[in-house]
Amino acid sequence: MEPTKEGDFFEVAGRRFKSRLLVGTGKYKDFEETAQAIAVSGAEIVTVAVRRVNLSDPSQPMLMDFVDPKKYTYLPNTAGCYTADDAVRTLRLAREAGGWNLVKLEVLGDQKTLYPDVVETLKAAESLIKDGFDVMVYTSDDPMIAKALEDIGCCAIMPLAAPIGSGLGIQNPVNIRLIIEQSNVPVLVDAGVGTASDAAIAMELGCDGVLMNTAIAAAKDPIAMARAMGLAVEAGRLAYLAGRMPRKMYADPSSPVGGLI
Amino acid sequence: MQVTVNGESRALTSALTIEDFLRNLGVDPRKVAVERNLEIVPKSTFGTVRIEDGDRLEIVHFIGGG
Repeated sequence: MEPTKEGDFFEVAGRRFKSRLLVGTGKYKDFEETAQAIAVSGAEIVTVAVRRVNLSDPSQPMLMDFVDPKKYTYLPNTAGCYTADDAVRTLRLAREAGGWNLVKLEVLGDQKTLYPDVVETLKAAESLIKDGFDVMVYTSDDPMIAKALEDIGCCAIMPLAAPIGSGLGIQNPVNIRLIIEQSNVPVLVDAGVGTASDAAIAMELGCDGVLMNTAIAAAKDPIAMARAMGLAVEAGRLAYLAGRMPRKMYADPSSPVGGLI
Repeated sequence: MQVTVNGESRALTSALTIEDFLRNLGVDPRKVAVERNLEIVPKSTFGTVRIEDGDRLEIVHFIGGG
């Protein structure tokens, strides 16, 4: 059943959200800017990283004081993990810190491209799912790997549009479309979006959502870009549901050809 | 006794509970997770688990990230 536009929800692991834009909380000037950008974007799910507490100054402000975990769904990530073991260990700590089991798994393979190591990603996903986690997984745009990750029980497949933080936009729309067509779980473009049109293109391809951080945080005016991204994701979704007109080789007049003087 | 906390060596005079140890450090126990010798310490046991000589502790929290 095709959802109506009014009742159009993003659903993942049995949870429903109105917004299809998921945003990261890194790279902002300060926590005030982080909080404002998130609020303006309309996002309900925010990714967060797990790191050691700075024990030399434990009184410094914490993300949780500015971005309320009761208002936003925190999606802990494994950014910076290069092995399945590190990723699993990080998310177990995240679950204990926050008390929730919806997580974003990413296992990186290379420092220069931050390209995912899909072999380690598969290993980590398997072990996390066995341990009761709901795993939204960052992966390459390879449909075979995407299928394998879905088959082992990941609750969302999140192929990259382009390398993390590159802002290059969707480099392989054909693969993204193939992944969307074959998947029975939500597909989100995660990483590589640069500007609003990139997010709209992802949604017009049929993605269930878009996850981004740098495209907003590194804009000259992050608050304005946060709004642009919210609108683009919504516009792209509506255009996808509306169904675009067929492409034609030649012109087709918009005004009637009969009754000309 | 000597313990390793977030990769750094520290001397402790008594076998504190995790909760007391965190409070002494100025850390709010509600906002962090603790791993002890690679095992998660459940938050519900912060008040009863005691630190032992040679323990390796990781104290983590959520920060901004993509």
